[in-house]
Parts: sequence; structure tokens; C-alpha cells
Amino acid sequence: MKYFRKIGAILVLLAYTVQCFAVEAQQRFPKPEFAKGYSQPATTAPLPRALLLEYLDIFVLLVALSVITWLVVKKRSRKGVFWISVFSLLYFGFYREGCICSIGSIQNMVLGVVDSTYAIPLTALVFFLLPLAFTLFFGRTFCAGVCPLGAIQDLVILNPIELPKWIQKVLGLIPYLYLGLAVLYVATKSEFIICRYDPFVGFFRFDAPFHMLILGILFLIAGIFVARPYCRFFCPYGVLLGWMSRFSSHHMTITPSACIQCKLCANSCPFGAIDEPVVETGKRHNNVNRLITLFVLLPLWVGLGGFAGSMMHVPLSHYNRTVFLAEQIIEHPELKEDQKNIDVRSFLTSGKTTEQLIAEANGIRHQFYIGGWFLGGFMGLVIGLSLIRLSTFRKREDWVPDKTNCLSCARCMDYCPVKLNGEFQENME
Amino acid sequence: MSSKEEPVSHSRRRLIRNGMQVTLAISLIGIAGRTVLKSASDDLVWQLDPFKCVQCGRCAKECVMSPSAVKCVHAYALCGYCDLCGGYLKPDPNARTTAAENQLCPTAAIKRKYIEDPYFEYVIDEKLCIGCGKCVAGCTSFGNGSLHLQVRHDLCRNCNECAIARVCPSEAFSRVPSHKPYLIKGDFKKG
Repeated sequence: MKYFRKIGAILVLLAYTVQCFAVEAQQRFPKPEFAKGYSQPATTAPLPRALLLEYLDIFVLLVALSVITWLVVKKRSRKGVFWISVFSLLYFGFYREGCICSIGSIQNMVLGVVDSTYAIPLTALVFFLLPLAFTLFFGRTFCAGVCPLGAIQDLVILNPIELPKWIQKVLGLIPYLYLGLAVLYVATKSEFIICRYDPFVGFFRFDAPFHMLILGILFLIAGIFVARPYCRFFCPYGVLLGWMSRFSSHHMTITPSACIQCKLCANSCPFGAIDEPVVETGKRHNNVNRLITLFVLLPLWVGLGGFAGSMMHVPLSHYNRTVFLAEQIIEHPELKEDQKNIDVRSFLTSGKTTEQLIAEANGIRHQFYIGGWFLGGFMGLVIGLSLIRLSTFRKREDWVPDKTNCLSCARCMDYCPVKLNGEFQENME
Repeated sequence: MSSKEEPVSHSRRRLIRNGMQVTLAISLIGIAGRTVLKSASDDLVWQLDPFKCVQCGRCAKECVMSPSAVKCVHAYALCGYCDLCGGYLKPDPNARTTAAENQLCPTAAIKRKYIEDPYFEYVIDEKLCIGCGKCVAGCTSFGNGSLHLQVRHDLCRNCNECAIARVCPSEAFSRVPSHKPYLIKGDFKKG
């Protein structure tokens, strides 16, 4: 601080060192009176994107969803779905740069519930609800080609291989965990993990942290062989869509009329979402007994999961910044002297005491403890119900889409030789 | 395909499906109704409070955009037009000239224009500015604090959660309604 100015200036400076960061509008050095006429430039403030354009996004979403639903359910056109996904990739992906998206809007919804000061923007609300509402009636047409993340993966499916069913089932549990974790981290006001680890947003912006870019490229390379890996094994919004789709009333069908059991569709689905016909095996009595056992075990799963989840609250809360800072200060008291640790310095100048910080961190950890019970219980329930679902038996005569996991991409329709009037198509290619 | 018990099981399945569909529809409407009451028609954007900012330099590194959408903004109304500008010159400059070795800004984004002796006008070239806040620290410590950081909304991608806000040590970032996106120093009274 070897600045030498006019003596007056030094005195003013000394007076201010006491309240160096005080926020008074009073000026240390008053604005000079210029001899010549001098007009001071204005401070520019470029405006954010106009609200009208945000509403345009809602309109585009509504139109895209309506068109693709019509294309899948009524027109049965794979080509149409393809072009809609190209459009969505360009509009919601490259033009809107992946924000706002329905997947991330889960977090806005949760934040709206837990944070009383947060008024959820109408756009986020509509982006959350509209695809769910469509899915409840028509299946996951949103996934088919409106979601930009789905679209970019759909375009790289070049040589899909079929994963063993058990791997699909196990990996299929990840989205539930991801959803639970995302909700937990928003509910504790820690962070938005879905947005942070969105692997494709970097492509849409042509700009991303290096590790996220690598992750995105890996997802796309994997997506050549394992179709849509993010959608099937990670997407937390897909969980909600799956629940909706499962009970949808106008879900698309593989055949327009009656299935002729030709099995041609079975290999067409890159997502393994077509169920084959099954007949009951084993004695009925045994099956019922097994089912009863699994139902009795269900509360045990929930309790066990909840307990495990609550035990995880310490490592989980580690990623909350307040908890992390408190941990750092407790474990390494010498950090308080470290001039280079920005977080510790800012905390020390904030006027909060260490006790207050620790109390706050403990409060957050307790939230994680409660949240851990819910998260673990939820995972226990999911695992328990999947086991029940695996051992229940549903008689199926025809090849039908597995409504929960079917992404309504319409690929199978192209392969089905049955046409609308029930005639058999002769010139199959 | 038409044994006798099938119609029964089919109608039972349909009943369950319809029941679940109605239940899910009602819960969706419930969620919608609950949140609509709390929703805002205006969009939210990220705002940097310059009075909380501690010029840690993370804005330059953490933004999803490179260079950062946070830029140094000059509140001319507050500026003292100092010859010895704490934001423009390095501490202990060899001379008060525009020579590169005297400049504090790592990208030379601050342009100095002579007005009259001894006053200079300082203009930020936002194309060059990386939002590191070095000049802001200098100006706040030795000057009027007219240089300050702001999120520039023509550049900001308005991420759902701002990557800088997540790591800002002084919690200077907040979501504000998009019709009032800036907090330019000197333009308002701190209340």
C-alpha cells in the first residue's frame, strides 16, 4: 500500500481503512469539475432474453408435443418422429442451449416447495407438467423426440446391441437413485445436481468444463452401441414419465390391428422395451406363495433402505458447502490463518462465529439424516417392488411395448408387416 | 386367443389402469394447483450484488461460458477520474502510463482516455474482460469503487443453477425477476 497521493487523499484513505468495505455511496474522491465540456458515458445494461420469447418456448413445446403425439399414435410415422427430434435438437438444444429443460425442472419444483422465498417461474412449471400430462394419456412421446437430450442420443444409435435383461434391470434402478439424490440435494438447498452433471449441455453451448465434455463424448460413444444410455439408465425425469406412461390410456401400439406373432418387431427395438408373449410356468400355488412372501418382505426392504440411507447422511452432506466448510474448519483449525483459502477468509470476514457455522452445519446434517431415511426408504420400496414385478406373472398373448420403458420412438412400427386394415404387407423390404 | 377367463382379467387390468390414471391425473392437477399459486409469471435471472462481492476471482473460472458472462462494469457516476487509478494501474507502477507492465488488468480490457489534466476516463472493453475482478479489488480498496462486477445478461445463459453462485464465497449471487436484472452501483440507494 505504498500509494502516495495528495495528503488529503491519504487522510481520506486512512479514515476509510477502518470501514474499508462499508457500503456508503459517499465518494472518496469526488467527481472532478471538468473545465471543458465532458459528457459522462452511460453505464450499459444489456437486457436478458425477453419474457415473450420464454413464452414462445412454452408454445413451441406444446406444438412439438402435440405434433409428435399425433405422429406416433395416429400417423404411426417413424420418419415424422425423426424430423421432430431433429427440430427439437436444433431448437431446444442448440438454439435454447438446453436450458430450461424438463429434466432440470424437477429441481425447480422441489425448490418451490422447500423455499418459501422462491417463486417458480411459469416456464419451469409448464416444462415440468406438460410432458407428464401428455405422457399420462399417450405414453412417452416427449422422450421420442421433443427432449433435446433424448434427440441427440437417438441420432447416434448406429449399431445397438441388446443388453442382458438383468443388466437392464439393475442399471434401470439408477434413475430412481438419481431422482432421489437430486430431490435430496435441492431439499437441503445444496445444489442442482441434474443440471451440473448434464452431459450434453456442453455440446449445445459449444462450451463446457473439460471433464463434462469428456463425459458427454463418452455417453455419445456408448450410445452408438447401447441405445440412449442417459435416457434409460440415468434420466430422473424418465422415472416420473415411466410412472405416467405405465397407466397411459392411448399408448402407441406396435401393430395397428391384430398381432400376427411374426416377431419382426422384437429385434427392431434398440431399448429392449418390447415384451414377448409369456405363459404361466410352475404351479400357481407356488407363485402366489412367493408373491405373498415378497409383499411381506416389502416393509423390511423399506426399513432396511431407510436405515442404510440415514447412515449415509455424513458422506452425503459432505457436498453441501456449509457442511464442508464447517468440516474443514474443525479438522484443520490452521486454515483460519491461511490467507489463500477464499472460503475461510470470506467466512471470517462475514462476522459469523465458528459456533454459528457449526450449528448451521449440524442443522443441515440433520436434514440429510431425515432425507437419508426418505431416500433409502424410497430405494428400498423401488427394489422391493421391482422384485415383486419380476416374480409376478402377466399373461401376454402378443408382442407389446413395455409401457414404462417404451420411448415411443416408433421404430417397431416400421417393422410390423400388419397394416391398418389388417392386411399383410407383401413387399417387405 | 379367446379362452373364457380372459375378458375378466382384461377388464380387471383396464379397471386398475383407469383407476391409476385418474389418481395420477388428480395428483398432477394437485401439484399444478399448489405450485401455480406460488409461481411467478416473470422469469428469474441471476444477479451479482456488488456490495457482497469480495473479488475472489472465481467468476472468471467457474462460469459455464468462457470467457465468463460476468464482466466488470463501470459506474461513471461514482468514478473519481483519478490519474492514479487503483483499478487501472498495478500497485507501485513504474509510471502512470498505458504501458502493459503498468496495467493491472491481465487482458488490458480497461481503456484509458485522456480528458484533461489530470483526469482520465476509464472504459471497459467487455469483449476482453474475463470478469476476474482484479480491477474491482483495486478500485474498491484505493478508489471510489466505481468498477464492479455484474452478470451481463446478453451473455449469461441463465443456467437453472448458476455455476458461479454455487461456489461464490460471499453468497453474492441471487435469483431476481428478469425485469430488474442489474444492481449497478450508484444507480440506487442501498436500503
